[in-house]
Amino acid sequence: MIDISESVMQFLLVLIVAGPLLGAVAALLPAPPGLKGKSPDQAVLRHGVTVTGVILLAALVLALGFDHDQPSKMQATTDISWIRALDVRIHLGVDGISLPLLVLTALLTFLCALYSYFKLPAGGSPKAFVALLLVLESGTLATFAVLDLVLFFLAFETVLIPMYFLIARWGGEGRQAAAWKFILYTLLGSVVMLLGLLLIGVKAGTFDMVALATDNGRGLTTAVQVIAVLAIGLGLAVKTPMWPLHSWLPDAHTAAPTVGSVLLAGVLLKMGTYGFVRIVLPIAPEGMQTLAPYLAAFAVAGIIYGSLACLALARPGNKGDLKRLIAYSSVGHMGFVLLGIATMTPTGVNGALFANIAHGLVTGLLFFLVGAVKDRYGTADLDTLAGATGAALYGRAPRLGALLAFAAVASLGLPGLAGFWGEMLALFGAFDPAEGLSRPAFLTFMAIGAFGTLLTAAYLLVVVRRVCMGGPRPAGETAIADVQGYEFAAWTPLVALTVLAGLWPAVLLGLTDPAVQQLLAGGPR
Amino acid sequence: MTSSLVQSVDWLTIAPPTLTAVVALAVLVADLFVPQERKQILGWTAVGGLAAALALLLPLRAGDRSTFCLTAKAQAEGHADACSYTADHFTLVIQALVLAGALLTALLSLSETRERLPAGEYWFLLLSSAAGAALLPASRDLATLVVALEVASLPAFALVGLKRGDRMSGEAALKFFLSSVTATAVTLLGVSFVYAATGTLHLTEIAQRLDDVPGQLQTLAEAGVALTLVGFAFKTAAVPFHFWVPDTYVGAPLPVAAYLSVVGKAVGFTGLILVTVVAFPSYADVWGPALAVLAALTMTAGNVAALRQVSTRAWSAVRLLAWSSVAQAGYLLVPIAAAAYSGDDQIGATVAYAVMYAVVNLGAFAVVALVARTHPENRIADYRGLYAASPAAALALGFFLLNLAGLPPGIIGLFAKVTVFSAAVDAGLGWLAVIMGVNVVIALYYYLRWTALLFRAPEGAPVPHKAPAPVTLAIVLTAVAGVVLSGYPQFALRFATDSLF
Repeated sequence: MIDISESVMQFLLVLIVAGPLLGAVAALLPAPPGLKGKSPDQAVLRHGVTVTGVILLAALVLALGFDHDQPSKMQATTDISWIRALDVRIHLGVDGISLPLLVLTALLTFLCALYSYFKLPAGGSPKAFVALLLVLESGTLATFAVLDLVLFFLAFETVLIPMYFLIARWGGEGRQAAAWKFILYTLLGSVVMLLGLLLIGVKAGTFDMVALATDNGRGLTTAVQVIAVLAIGLGLAVKTPMWPLHSWLPDAHTAAPTVGSVLLAGVLLKMGTYGFVRIVLPIAPEGMQTLAPYLAAFAVAGIIYGSLACLALARPGNKGDLKRLIAYSSVGHMGFVLLGIATMTPTGVNGALFANIAHGLVTGLLFFLVGAVKDRYGTADLDTLAGATGAALYGRAPRLGALLAFAAVASLGLPGLAGFWGEMLALFGAFDPAEGLSRPAFLTFMAIGAFGTLLTAAYLLVVVRRVCMGGPRPAGETAIADVQGYEFAAWTPLVALTVLAGLWPAVLLGLTDPAVQQLLAGGPR
Repeated sequence: MTSSLVQSVDWLTIAPPTLTAVVALAVLVADLFVPQERKQILGWTAVGGLAAALALLLPLRAGDRSTFCLTAKAQAEGHADACSYTADHFTLVIQALVLAGALLTALLSLSETRERLPAGEYWFLLLSSAAGAALLPASRDLATLVVALEVASLPAFALVGLKRGDRMSGEAALKFFLSSVTATAVTLLGVSFVYAATGTLHLTEIAQRLDDVPGQLQTLAEAGVALTLVGFAFKTAAVPFHFWVPDTYVGAPLPVAAYLSVVGKAVGFTGLILVTVVAFPSYADVWGPALAVLAALTMTAGNVAALRQVSTRAWSAVRLLAWSSVAQAGYLLVPIAAAAYSGDDQIGATVAYAVMYAVVNLGAFAVVALVARTHPENRIADYRGLYAASPAAALALGFFLLNLAGLPPGIIGLFAKVTVFSAAVDAGLGWLAVIMGVNVVIALYYYLRWTALLFRAPEGAPVPHKAPAPVTLAIVLTAVAGVVLSGYPQFALRFATDSLF
């Protein structure tokens, strides 16, 4: 949109990846004179807001400077040798697929830092919190910006330790067990993924994603591709998470602090699906073709499973935890993303990428809202909240109730909001899967997936009814605060983008479509 | 005629181990004349000697020198052109690792010798052992190899038993001694078989002649190969020769445990590399699968045992490091096994991994030595809240442990593991890579549990640890090395691609 010289673009991308790391180190050091603030705690939290703000600004400028006429071209590329022994290069770049994810990550992290500035979860020191948040941001941004398989693995692993500590130190009940489950599960997956990545690297002779994608799997035999896709896919599927490898997710979400949940759902899960699109699809297409029907089957199983779990949790008397419920709904939503990828068509993959972003916005918002409800009531237990008739948020905290209802209908895929397009395109892709994939199978998957959207609508409406509506409250109950200023500040961008993406999907699809076409046909240039 | 009978000696080439041995003797003699209150000077002499020996590696860095070669006359009688002492790149890397490891051990020992250990004997034994360990990677005949192995081991037994009036220390030394001597005896038997079958002790010559051993000697040669490997497997503490490790580490003075975990291990796998890759390449189909199985068993046994350490038990910190070192030995064996399938170059992955392991393990032991000053019981539970008491030490220990686990921010640990994985995948040892992957996950559990403990709120008021300058120096040196390697892993990983021999 605006013309920025290539070297500035390069610098911006490097800043986006390395800036948070430097910020994390700086957070551990004592504040310099002039930036001490009211107290050391306040100073370090402000430091967090500043750094994430600068990174968000850099990401926005990068998005403005991005050549929107050529989204399939890798832009702002840096390519320098780092470890010659392993042939690992610091190769960075953005195209239409990674750009939206970069901006989403920078935005969500900034909003989380802003939210924590006013409301730090109880636990350890703010210093450590900010440092971990920044390391986490660096790891996720790097995942979306690197173009080298080993570097991708490094970035993928970088998020584990900070997320572990965020859950284990600042989390709620059962946080230790949940944190362990999260890190051990994901590490097991990513080690298997590493084996797949190394197999590709060894057999193809390079770790460079662009070169490998341009090859489009020509240098690899089908057997190698199948094994590699199996190994890499397993690691990514744990992260995504794909049913039946999802069981770490509900626990992690339930125990994590609000910002932890927001980042986990909004950003970390995307690393898995991004890996499928960026690595598996272009680099090992034949292997993917063999395994795509299975992936699609697991994906629709996840859609149904997630919805049924949510329905069960939403029923009165089941002591369903709202955070847990949204976590399960993530399993369902990510099922649509995986289904879209498994179709291997431009329609499906575009839908997957769209649903990715939409899920980040909407579920991020939902976790913020549920966190706010939990802070006010001291519990997220649906039965306790709802009492006999319902929590009646519309009456007690109208703005909060309205926002919750908005997020819920966005999540169930109401046309006109962000959740709709991704799921529709994914199903549309399954209607006409890529050549070589069994059409009847995919038609079945499509039908099951469509049924899943109904179930999704059912449980979300139940939740809205039980939380937002309800009879008059018993006398003497303490009043609860409605939405505060800082909460508005943190949530408004998400609401606005949800509406924007719903009404004007071309903003995103215009970016992703050319890149996806290129990727499926033989890699980015 | 007479001149050709005498081998010419290139003194510069053999200077690093020689200097170490000379300083060892000098310290022993000086001990008789130095008054009690100035014994500290012996320690600094030892540190200086090791530093000088390290510096003497610099002129050799071209890596093309050999000495004690067979004379022209011997070659005329049908021997190949073989040398007993070679300072190639492999030798130089291992020598640097061993001498630097001994140097850091010496730094850790400086305050221990002032308080608890007999100075003169201690420094003599440490330097002698280091001299043997430095000689070993250079030896290219079986006799020198076994002599070097013994020079490295015998003083180590005494070092372990050196804690005066400590029953456990004596018991640990005896356990270590008995199992080690058995292994050495087996090795010697194996060496004699190989000599009988091939008629030579030079490794390269053995490699040539093993190919065409006469039919009736075939069994003898095979038995010889197997038995020789057993002795070196013991030194690396590979399963089933690993039971001595935890008791020995706990009983030994802490710096000695650190020394054994790094230098002792380096001795073992260097010997193993030399006999497998240089001497017995034609038997790769025998030792390759054997080492692969051994690696899988070793890492699994070590990790499972480390996992079961109870954090409130006395000396659990050292015990955990001991078991973790067994597990790490398993990772070190993987590329050697891979070399059997796809060529010598894989050895570099072992060397690169060993460099990383030496740095971070010594660093971890240095912090443990620091904490041991205020908590002599050295339970893992004592590390709770270390961050509140001494933040720098806690951050350093956390960094070292995560390197051992192989997760960022321990980037060099991660890449060292990637190199080993890559060697396994390259050699087609997929099953071994998967087992190693599972082990990495198991290991993360206990490393991270310990790391998380460092940052928990302390019970009661934190007591700052007063660090003696040499211990601080050791921690700083290892931490800086770890950080530099993490920023530029090529320093360590370059060995993984260059042909070292």
